[in-house]
Amino acid sequence: MSLLEVVDLSAGYGPIQVLHGISLTVDAGEVVVVLGANGAGKTTTLRAISGLVAAKGELRFDGSSILGRRAESIAHRGVSHIPQGRGTLAGLTVEENLRLGAYSRRDREGIAADLERWYDTFPPLSVRRDQTAGTMSGGEQQMLAVARALMSRPRLLLLDEPSLGLAPLVTKQLFETLAAVNRDLGISMLLVEQNAALALDLAGRGYVLEAGEIVAAGTAADLSRDGEIRKAYLGR
Amino acid sequence: MDLNLFFSQLLNGLSSGAIYASLALAIVLIFRTTGILNFAQGEMALFSTYVTWWLADQGLSIGVAIAISVAVSFVGGAVIERVVIRPFEKASPLVIVIATLGLFLALNSLTQVIFGTDAKQLGSAFPDTVWDVWGLRVEAQTIGILVVLGLECVALWALFQRTRIGLGLRAVADNPEASRLLGIRVGTMLMFGWGLSAALGSLAGAMVVPTTQALTASSLQSVLVFAFAAAALGGFDSPLGAVVGGLIVGVTQALTIQYIEPLNDIELVVPFAIILVVLLVRPSGLFGSTQVERV
Repeated sequence: MSLLEVVDLSAGYGPIQVLHGISLTVDAGEVVVVLGANGAGKTTTLRAISGLVAAKGELRFDGSSILGRRAESIAHRGVSHIPQGRGTLAGLTVEENLRLGAYSRRDREGIAADLERWYDTFPPLSVRRDQTAGTMSGGEQQMLAVARALMSRPRLLLLDEPSLGLAPLVTKQLFETLAAVNRDLGISMLLVEQNAALALDLAGRGYVLEAGEIVAAGTAADLSRDGEIRKAYLGR
Repeated sequence: MDLNLFFSQLLNGLSSGAIYASLALAIVLIFRTTGILNFAQGEMALFSTYVTWWLADQGLSIGVAIAISVAVSFVGGAVIERVVIRPFEKASPLVIVIATLGLFLALNSLTQVIFGTDAKQLGSAFPDTVWDVWGLRVEAQTIGILVVLGLECVALWALFQRTRIGLGLRAVADNPEASRLLGIRVGTMLMFGWGLSAALGSLAGAMVVPTTQALTASSLQSVLVFAFAAAALGGFDSPLGAVVGGLIVGVTQALTIQYIEPLNDIELVVPFAIILVVLLVRPSGLFGSTQVERV
């Protein structure tokens, strides 16, 4: 049984339908990428899964249906969505942001231990713990978004264009971190990304979304070799 | 210039300013968490004050009556958010403004239907002691009101900076959607914010009425105007601004009435002038950060 099962999911905003019945799965411990052009429905896919957009179809997390559930309760179940723009609580400090990541947890000692753990992993956050989060650079804010998501001890991370607006070197470091998180903690990820080369490097499998429909699926290696995908998303 | 008169007017101004600050804090609290300017804030406080009066009229001591009224108001405020405001969650700001105006009228009428239209007498929570400080008359009432404002500030600060629910409230005020993704129950937070705000209004009402003559259905309307002036001056999203703004508005009011005689009968000119000048010169107020949108 897959950790996340999406079957024939449709979603949109008011009269505009964006997703026309997509199906995909993410297994436990797996990293899956969704490729697609702007406007293909990548962000809507993630927003439908995390409960921010109303959807029709089937949506199961860890075996139980989460369709129609509120975003808050989906988050409580272990789905952590890092939205485009990183969802930084700009007026709060770095430490407050991190503590809010653990808002659904009640174990004080565990939270304190995790806080120190991620400060150790991400030293720039440790230095800036009392700084207002909105004053940090894009790369630091993305680091904060990942650390904050990890504070909730999620089972599935939804990542929406994490590389957006980041310098190439910073992006590379970010993807190394994500790979380590997946490898060491076994956290599954569903990733939406413009940078297809990096994303296919990190992911084990992928889907290609076009105008709200899935037009191709396969292992990352297969997708990387596919001529049309190379032309459309890898630029070679 | 008669210094004694000046200082006694200054004290008067500070004490009415503290009441404006209380109600302005209530306005700011809701604006920060929801982006709504709650025009019904004064009438919510009016209803609470009638509840206080009714409880005191049943024979409870005024302190106990206020405490119960604060609790009732908290629940009432939360219910209003859920029942009256939440259905308009996705509506335009203009619609929500109209909803709060409707709430204003409804609460005012409801108060008169339930409690009658005759003026009520509400005792003060503070003793009527008067101290003589170097020839200056200082009423316990004045000091009491200022102390209550001080306690409100400390309590709010502790709530927002030191508690889990306070952190959640600030997160929701900062970014509701991101908060939702963190598992924070935004609806619950909004109800809590409205409840808190109604409770503050209840305190303000209990303090303002003994300083005016009697409790009537219009007792809090001018207070609301002064509170709005205070919030505009301080910045609609700044609790510190609400307090400083309230005190400045109160003092300005007391001093202009004392020294500019023609204003005596039209004292509401003062808050309106303050609102106008702030919106023209510095729309975000003294301590505010966000630009207040015109609706």
